[in-house]
Amino acid sequence: MMGIIRKNAWVASLLVLFFALLFVTRQIQPAYGARDFASLTQAALPYVFAVAAQAVVVLAGGIDLSIAAMMAVTSVTAAVLMKDASPGSAFYAVPIVVAFGFLLGSLNGALIVLSRVPDIVVTLAMLYVFQGLALLILNSPGGGAAEWLRTIMVSSLPIPGVPAYITAWLPGPLIFAIVSVALVWTPLRRSQLGLSIYAIGSHQLSAFRSGVPIHRTRILAYGIGGIFAALGGLSLTMSTGIGAPIPGPYLLASVAAVVLGGVALTGGRGGLVGPIVAVFVLRLVRTDMTLLSIDPNVTTIIEGIIMVVVVMLGALVAMRSRSQ
Amino acid sequence: MTDLAATPPLSFGTRFRRLMADQPMIPLIVLLLGLCLALHLLSPGIINPQWVANTVKFAIPLALLAGAQTLVMLTGGIDLSVGTVGTMAGFILATQIPHHDPAVTLALAVLPALFIGVANGIGVGVFRVHPLIMTLGTGLIGTGVLQVYQRTVIATGSEIPPWIVWIGTQLSYGIPNALLVFIPVAALIIFILRSTGFGRQLYALGDNEKAARLSGSSYRQVIIALYVLSSLLACVAGLLYLGVIRTPSLTLTEPLVLPSVAAAIIGGTSIFGGRGNYGTAILGALILRVLTTLLTVLQMPEGVRQGLFGLVILVVTATYLRLIDDR
Repeated sequence: MMGIIRKNAWVASLLVLFFALLFVTRQIQPAYGARDFASLTQAALPYVFAVAAQAVVVLAGGIDLSIAAMMAVTSVTAAVLMKDASPGSAFYAVPIVVAFGFLLGSLNGALIVLSRVPDIVVTLAMLYVFQGLALLILNSPGGGAAEWLRTIMVSSLPIPGVPAYITAWLPGPLIFAIVSVALVWTPLRRSQLGLSIYAIGSHQLSAFRSGVPIHRTRILAYGIGGIFAALGGLSLTMSTGIGAPIPGPYLLASVAAVVLGGVALTGGRGGLVGPIVAVFVLRLVRTDMTLLSIDPNVTTIIEGIIMVVVVMLGALVAMRSRSQ
Repeated sequence: MTDLAATPPLSFGTRFRRLMADQPMIPLIVLLLGLCLALHLLSPGIINPQWVANTVKFAIPLALLAGAQTLVMLTGGIDLSVGTVGTMAGFILATQIPHHDPAVTLALAVLPALFIGVANGIGVGVFRVHPLIMTLGTGLIGTGVLQVYQRTVIATGSEIPPWIVWIGTQLSYGIPNALLVFIPVAALIIFILRSTGFGRQLYALGDNEKAARLSGSSYRQVIIALYVLSSLLACVAGLLYLGVIRTPSLTLTEPLVLPSVAAAIIGGTSIFGGRGNYGTAILGALILRVLTTLLTVLQMPEGVRQGLFGLVILVVTATYLRLIDDR
């Protein structure tokens, strides 16, 4: 019970922080409106999926260093499949890319289970493999994206009866993120598999002794991470209109946001909402600093400091509660 | 009936495994020689003294970083800030040398390494932050600081002092000068691990932290000293690599970070701590260098090369674990 309260308190305080930052942003730049918020969500979208992918794997007690490379692979796959950019091409491209992501992720999981090599090592090696694969699929940035997928990125959700100045605050990327994370995660969390993921994350031996199929669960957890990574790759292609075979800065960002979002790196504790809110908080901090015309490099320093300080405070709180 | 008490003779497989577990150098040397042989078959005549010197020269910064990883991994940690630390050292040296004399410049180049090392040590040792996160964060901060610093020196320019080129790239009597730095440093690491209380405590903390602390291991001091040592190694690696590359850049040693982790792992260091040594990590760094050459000689597309690089790391680690795991 205490655990649930504490976990939700973390997410709630992140949300409060987010709205406080939004308020600060309005103070700095009174003209900050729905359009700026929309471009914020567009920039945040790949990060949202990267962090969701990392969070599922971390919850299962693992870590995936190959997430950014996996996003590159799925991004170029999507771009190649939709090269003619016809609306119809996207209808088969999207499911293929998502299935491909699941396959890549499960491959990571299966290799970890079969080779008994630690997860950091396997995913580190697979990082190179996926980077190579991305280069083989598409040697230089190219390909295309279906037009209607691209419009998702720049439109907002029309709700009948609600005026446009309110729906403008519900930009397409945000809706896309919420819908796809909810579609994958909500049924999963309530299923036996979801419970098993938390179980092997918090204590693998206990989970094994309670009859949880730990190997299958681990492989599936990586597979679900792969699905999110594929959605991240897809969103990269959607926002740029092309696929680029070079992994972006998503690996480090995903680990950072997972920790800021209240997921324990040792596994088994946390959820997906916290890390995703953490992504938006981090992006908004960046926006604020741009608006204050702070040197973008100083922004990097401040982001790093925020990350370290928050994690230190979290660790301090954990130590206090343990000693009491 | 009498021979019931006697142990049955060990099968060849078990004895082989025990040998490999006791002498982890052997399979790695075999692998290194095998790779060299493959290289020789693919491109006869490539292996000559000059090639060997060149390979060693490029492997030394990687081996130093792998040393940092090995030390940190013994306690179950990882240091992702080594890339930033090495880059900072190299960049600061190259940009400050026009203004100060070499000794002052060297001191300036070591300074950020000390800062980051102490910060990592305090974060991990005192606040118990996960090493992955802590070193990631300090690495990010360091990169940011470096970029801001670059703005201030962009007008004054940079130069690569001849002595850093001498130590980094040049050969004396066909032997790379970098060995003058590397051999003492490597000997020091091996000495620390084998014969000092500090080294013993690293193994003990990685093996069973609770037991080590109960038996009087001073956790905080050991961890802080460890991360400072790791950063100093990264600093030396960065300075040597500056001599090899001969251009100051903001991502000097950054591409070596993941390979350094890979080299330590190929060298048989357990990522969970408590097991590993430096001699094999040096071999790991050499193996990665020869492998890179081999993949270049094969003239495959960049994609295939990267893919094979990853697969080889995976296969070597898996095979190696199977060999030495007597379970």
